[in-house]
Amino acid sequence: MRIRVGHLYPDYLNIYADRGNIAVLAERARARGHELEVRAIGMGDGVPAGEIDLFYVGGGQDREQALVAHDLTAKTEALREAVEADVAFLAVCGGYQLLGRFYRDVSGQDQPGVGLLPLETIAGERRMIGDVLLECGWAGQTLAGFENHAGRTLLDAGAEPLGRVVAGFGNDGSSREEGCRYRRCYGTYLHGPLLPRNPWFADRLLAEALAHADGAGEVSKLAPLEDTLEREAHAVSAARARARGGR
Amino acid sequence: MRPPFPLALEAAAVRAAGALSRFAGRGGGTTLPGKLLWKLDPGAIDRLAGRLRDGSVLVSATNGKTTTTAMVAEILRPFVRVAHNSSGANLVSGIASTLLHSTGADLGLFEVDEAALPEVARRVHPKALLLGNLFRDQLDRYGELELVAARWRDAVAELPGALLVLNGDDPQVGDLARLHGKALIFGVDDPRRARPALQHAADSKYCLRCGTPYDYAAAYVGHLGDYRCPNCGHARPPLEIAAREIELHGLDGASFRLDTPGGSVGIDLALPGLYNVYNAVGAAALALALATPLAEVKAGLERFSAAFGRFERIGVGDRRVLMLLIKNPAGANEAVRTLVEGAPPKVALVALNDAIADGRDVSWIWDVDFEPLLPCLDRLVATGSRAAELALRFAYAGLPRERIDVVPSLEAALDRGLELTPAGGELTVLPTYTAMLALRRVVASRGHVKDYWEPAA
Repeated sequence: MRIRVGHLYPDYLNIYADRGNIAVLAERARARGHELEVRAIGMGDGVPAGEIDLFYVGGGQDREQALVAHDLTAKTEALREAVEADVAFLAVCGGYQLLGRFYRDVSGQDQPGVGLLPLETIAGERRMIGDVLLECGWAGQTLAGFENHAGRTLLDAGAEPLGRVVAGFGNDGSSREEGCRYRRCYGTYLHGPLLPRNPWFADRLLAEALAHADGAGEVSKLAPLEDTLEREAHAVSAARARARGGR
Repeated sequence: MRPPFPLALEAAAVRAAGALSRFAGRGGGTTLPGKLLWKLDPGAIDRLAGRLRDGSVLVSATNGKTTTTAMVAEILRPFVRVAHNSSGANLVSGIASTLLHSTGADLGLFEVDEAALPEVARRVHPKALLLGNLFRDQLDRYGELELVAARWRDAVAELPGALLVLNGDDPQVGDLARLHGKALIFGVDDPRRARPALQHAADSKYCLRCGTPYDYAAAYVGHLGDYRCPNCGHARPPLEIAAREIELHGLDGASFRLDTPGGSVGIDLALPGLYNVYNAVGAAALALALATPLAEVKAGLERFSAAFGRFERIGVGDRRVLMLLIKNPAGANEAVRTLVEGAPPKVALVALNDAIADGRDVSWIWDVDFEPLLPCLDRLVATGSRAAELALRFAYAGLPRERIDVVPSLEAALDRGLELTPAGGELTVLPTYTAMLALRRVVASRGHVKDYWEPAA
């Protein structure tokens, strides 16, 4: 089956190896006999509603993020419809912040967000940088990664985080929560090679995208792959977080 | 405040500490004396620098600062006694150590870490600054590119009397000339050597003034090139010192014509790759700014062979090791391009560590275009503290997993790589910074190369 990925602003938001996450999705889809078709959705482009099974938006430096923030608000309605129609969505770092209601920078200026996720972000003085380990009770799995953000993200009461912080800073350095999930939309600060070392999460996104692609809406489990290297990379990354995350 | 001890006494004491550190096998002792001095008396560094008869010059850049500084040192060597931090210890402490060990030097020539530039500049009051480029690098350590650029702007603003030698091909660096009356602009000008498109990891793609994507008449290395904003017209400044008519000879070197206001001269470099042409033209510009005759600039550049660990060939028994340091996407892309245009390796050892000096965040390997290596690569030895992560990078690029050996121990990996290399052959090694130091130590312990704190012969 063809899985249609809409990659938002690949020219602007690509600082933390977002290309790696896409490569992992493509290869793991191919290994199951599916094909990933990636379309770039850039500045001024319309969102092809109904034609996308998985949206991806990555992180950028502040400068690039500010350049796209206003353009993204013009895409709000199409993206909201997609999320409500159970299209899969992964938003990383800056992209995660943009899915909230706003991002308030150090000078107190607000950058508008699209408000797809029930959260807001306020820049802090000290950047939160380091390895992270999350426990995702809802999936019975862990996520290992790296975070580097000045924004403190506050979830609304009742909003679901992506995971509980075992080691690292997470959304704001104090709530012990990281990321946010709503329907099949996931936001997280864990950037860079998040999917290579957390293959279960890549497979979950693929399965959810497939459910949208085949129109059935039911999420079925994908055939397992030989993930020895992935497990090893996950173990090293998790050990790093335990040893030095959150400081 | 009066320092607690006379400078000479302090200097002698901390030099002894460095010797002790080497004796105890704790590394090169290249920064320890400086750290001690810094603790004892921070102002001592200013006074040591103040004793240099001809003052100091600084070199900073994300990529190429060690090589560029070493090139300048080679050009100046016949005329000036230079205090030079040649082992790459480029924080305040490393520069303090160099000053301590350079009694009798007339000119300070220091490569400086991008983030440490303001502090070092404040202490040594340089008469000239060579600023090469700004690429995304170790975001966990330096923060975002814009932050480093802002620090540079502040540092430059505090040095109204210093001459700036700037790479005009980098929008952020070239723009510093606007803040400063005295600037000399260098760059590369040979559209035949341009890349067909901006690379994936290109950084300063958007106009500094108005945010519109730049049009590139030629993009050479990352975002370095001949840019112009189609909206507001912000463009590369005219080049006063330029490399033109560039010929790249694979791994064997490069040649170009160096155009200067005082005439032109052909240069044959022993170092390969367009990035080394950038290093050479920058070094030439700084040397010329220090009133070095053009013929001596040429002679110095042509004498120059390699800077520590950046591009080195080391004999190991009946095989050779070719070592090219990789530390960020832009630099690694150039190493890959140089290999592919020279002799693409069949066996490669790639070493990824995640110590502070390497960057704790290893995401950057996914921004490197390793793919051009794949068609010729039979075997990859992935090593270092993040060996599995690196193996995944190549696996997802399409290298079959059975052709990847994951050997986290650097020493064992080197042995494995040499074993896979036929007798008389060359093993290509691409290490991150601390992996490079460790691999060199392994080779040194087997008697093949001098330890890095020993002066070069």
